[in-house]
Amino acid sequence: MPETYIARSPSIAARLLGGEMMVMSAVDSTFFTLNEVATVIWQSADGQTPLSQIVVHKVCQEFEVAPDDARADAEHFVHELSQHGILLVSDQPIPATTPGTAEHK
Amino acid sequence: MVVHRMFQRLLSKVRPVSLRVCSSEYLRFTWKMNTSATEPLTSAQELSVEIGGLPITLRATDANFLALIESRYSNYLRAPVETSFAFDVEVRPDHLLPPDDDGENELRVWLEGGQWRFERGDFRACMDPAARTGRILQSVSPYAIDSVLRIVHTLIQASQGGFLLHGASAIRNGRAFLFSGVSGAGKTTISRLAPPDAILLTDEISYVRRQGDRYLACGTPFAGELARPGENAMAPIEHLYFLSKGLDNRTDPIAPADALRMLLRNILFFAEDAELVKMVFRSATEFLGRVPFSRLTFYPDQRVWDLIQ
Repeated sequence: MPETYIARSPSIAARLLGGEMMVMSAVDSTFFTLNEVATVIWQSADGQTPLSQIVVHKVCQEFEVAPDDARADAEHFVHELSQHGILLVSDQPIPATTPGTAEHK
Repeated sequence: MVVHRMFQRLLSKVRPVSLRVCSSEYLRFTWKMNTSATEPLTSAQELSVEIGGLPITLRATDANFLALIESRYSNYLRAPVETSFAFDVEVRPDHLLPPDDDGENELRVWLEGGQWRFERGDFRACMDPAARTGRILQSVSPYAIDSVLRIVHTLIQASQGGFLLHGASAIRNGRAFLFSGVSGAGKTTISRLAPPDAILLTDEISYVRRQGDRYLACGTPFAGELARPGENAMAPIEHLYFLSKGLDNRTDPIAPADALRMLLRNILFFAEDAELVKMVFRSATEFLGRVPFSRLTFYPDQRVWDLIQ
């Protein structure tokens, strides 16, 4: 099964406010509020770490969730954000020079 | 994950009220403007309108237009300065045309070749942000120049961490309070109830300017139902209230995500430009990170101001 790599799109603005990650697409102005789990995935989306490793080493370490469940939820989440252009998704590592490492303060 | 599709609503919602009020009287220009022309108008007279500490010089030859500016912005006029933005204003005879098929006259604001361009049925304008110059083609209509000024200030403030907000604002005891809300939320009502010691900055469009780590609220001549320009004054912002009418007077905390959503909904924002969207988002989040905010539910009598000091 091929790996999935994710990177934050350059076409977004994001900010941690009051403990919640808020993300806005500069393309269609869609506004997202990410919960804690989604925020962990978002912050780990460096284009180099496979999604499977993010799930195992980040999500499952920090939250009480079965790996299979976490993986399924993560894939759904990634798919939804990619539909809005918030996340870039590839089966290859996404180079850091690719405009995909947007700010995520 | 919670998904909010709100910013697109914002784009249509934030058109200034005065623009909608006169929609049936819109004037449409059919001529082309030479937006590349850089030569100033000859024999033009200059008037400088300073809002939010930002002077904008208007150069025009039309006596009626100049009289309109002097009368409408009388509290905001100042001597022209070299560092201000300067616009050549060309006034043309009015041409009344029917509204568009959908009954609206669409406002468009876009960036082209490094210049901002904005147009609606009753005006066309361009602005070179680097050269700090621009041209405006419009009728003598006060709505047209009001709209142009709001757009210009919105674009300039976006890059400086400030914004124009659909909301009332007032200074009390040297500190400014913002009251944000959509139409009907109570902006004009709370302005009417203001005690004599309050300096009313606006009942309609608040001007938020960033100064280092703090934010200033500035008076604007843009009036709502109160039909009275705000005082030309400014003060550090103490609190942002999101207005809600109710049976009693109280303040309640708001989750930051909800506050951001409401704030973005009420920020004036005209351009569909990705970089500008980012700037506005950044400005809004940084503002909420520095200025206290809460929901203000109020019963429409003067006692609500006991909570605001």
